[in-house]
Amino acid sequence: MTLFENTKIVISSLFTRPATLMYPAKPAKKTANTRGHVTINPAGCITCRTCQRKCPTQAINVDVKEKTWEIDNMRCVVCAVCVDTCPTTCLTMDNQYRPAMTARGGIEKVTVAGPKKKEPAAAPANGAKPAEKKE
Amino acid sequence: MSKQITVPFGPQHPVLPEPLHLDLVLEDETVVDVIPSIGYVHRGLEKLVEKREYTEYVFIAERICGICSFIHSQTYVQGIEQIMGLEVPERATYLRTIWGEYSRLHSHLLWLGLFADSMGFESVFMNAWRLREHILDDLEATTGGRVIQGVCKVGGVRKDITPEKLDEMLKGLRGMEHELNDLTNVFLNDSSMKHRLRGVGVLKKEDAYVLGAVGPTARGSGLAIDIRSTGYGALGKINFKPVVEYDGDCYARCAVRAKEMFTSIDIIEQCIKKIPDGPVDMKVTGAPDGEYFSRTEQPRGEVIHYIKGNGKKNLVRHRVRTPTFTNIPPLVTLLKGVDLADVPVVVLSIDPCIGCAER
Amino acid sequence: MMAAQVITPIGVGDVVSKAGQAKKDGYRLVQIGCTKIGDDFEIIYVYDKDFTLLSYRITVKEDVVIPSISSEYFGAFVYENEIHDLYGLHVSGINIDFKGTFYKTAIKHPFNVTITKEGDSCQNK
Repeated sequence: MTLFENTKIVISSLFTRPATLMYPAKPAKKTANTRGHVTINPAGCITCRTCQRKCPTQAINVDVKEKTWEIDNMRCVVCAVCVDTCPTTCLTMDNQYRPAMTARGGIEKVTVAGPKKKEPAAAPANGAKPAEKKE
Repeated sequence: MSKQITVPFGPQHPVLPEPLHLDLVLEDETVVDVIPSIGYVHRGLEKLVEKREYTEYVFIAERICGICSFIHSQTYVQGIEQIMGLEVPERATYLRTIWGEYSRLHSHLLWLGLFADSMGFESVFMNAWRLREHILDDLEATTGGRVIQGVCKVGGVRKDITPEKLDEMLKGLRGMEHELNDLTNVFLNDSSMKHRLRGVGVLKKEDAYVLGAVGPTARGSGLAIDIRSTGYGALGKINFKPVVEYDGDCYARCAVRAKEMFTSIDIIEQCIKKIPDGPVDMKVTGAPDGEYFSRTEQPRGEVIHYIKGNGKKNLVRHRVRTPTFTNIPPLVTLLKGVDLADVPVVVLSIDPCIGCAER
Repeated sequence: MMAAQVITPIGVGDVVSKAGQAKKDGYRLVQIGCTKIGDDFEIIYVYDKDFTLLSYRITVKEDVVIPSISSEYFGAFVYENEIHDLYGLHVSGINIDFKGTFYKTAIKHPFNVTITKEGDSCQNK
């Protein structure tokens, strides 16, 4: 019988549970390794700008003077290079996907701690330099 | 002689996931001439090497295609490593081979589903994609991405797989094998499938060779062109034989892909058994100075990355010749003489990936 | 490590005869690729037989007309149209000549010019 080769699969599928997930009623599958989105621990950032320089899509912008860390989520491709190269491991990869965006934007700005104060009352721009030399 | 008319096919067509335009010159129902045109999704990714460092560019190379993404990054880093004379840790080459074969499995399952869909065989389409989900789950668990894995880097790989996970993956593949058997049985033995595919869009062996066909399109015509035979990565230590069919029709190209899935499972099994312990990456300093043609076998055929560096962080040129690009001339030839109703099936039988072709 | 690859430099006049020789020797066309180096354009013709590459390189200026090898290899038209559309080089005698409409790009001959985008806050600074 070569006429109804697929019938066996179809009939067995009839009596099994659906292979699909009822998203969003049920949460999407994720694993420990899943690259969802980048998160930052503001207290740990020393504004060394390694993540900004290594980012292949130039989605990260670190302002040393203002002590801000900015990510453009529309540019970010979640490659996790910033997470790998961060010297203080303040960047982490969350395994939850970001929700879909319906409008332009997606820029997140965080005020961070800045470099560790070795010489008190020094300007932040000077303080950033030792951190850069480290890598 | 009857009157000739021209029928535009694409760029938007239910059977095409991506924009490809064909001007079909018809005589009655038969196609007598074809003029292909692409260029709807040209992104100029190759030009970006001038603005990104060669290590960052891996991620851009990976995004040339959403299906053969891993193998694109593998080809690119292999080219860079060759120019810089790096000996990559052996475990990394095995892991690359495993992930490469996984992406071949998921690409072939995707294609088998789409191919069934092009004939209106929706239940096979659903079933193929259900099986593909297991492959994607394993890829996500080991690399972190479902289709864009992002694990290759110059000098190795970014993630390691634990021995327990490797065993689990192997068990999963073994468990899938009988389901894959059921699926391929539909493609190879169902009489309605045979009726639809046998003798449609025949590409002769000599034509395929001269026109530069690669991958399953060439292997379906009896040419044993499989770059995996050159033994890149860890494939030099693996025993496998390229799948070759001799009829050159749609059925042969379909059979090559269906049988190749089992070859891939076999290669993964051998890799998991032979994989040595050790580090998975090495430190890379300096920049590439030289040029190299890096070749690997993608699900769709041979891909070539030409890499030219001049000792600076930014490369001079990265040129990608993707398999679909070189499969366009064979497509033009094999469409001549088929019926208009067969055109969608014939176009899909070369597995066109236009995003790849235009970069 | 794989074997080193040799690229033989040839003149523009030899392109078609070398293609004919390669076809006679049983090689298949793998790719034709163009590279811009300064004001010069390097075009590399690559053939393959039993996984061994045979490569020829020509170096030309922008105004030189390159002869097409599509009379020898039918499939060469995709590469030659690509070179014309991306670099603005002229290739004469292509069997299917798209006359600049193979790639539909906003900028003409995009790989021949370099445009730097400015004023974006997230560009490398």
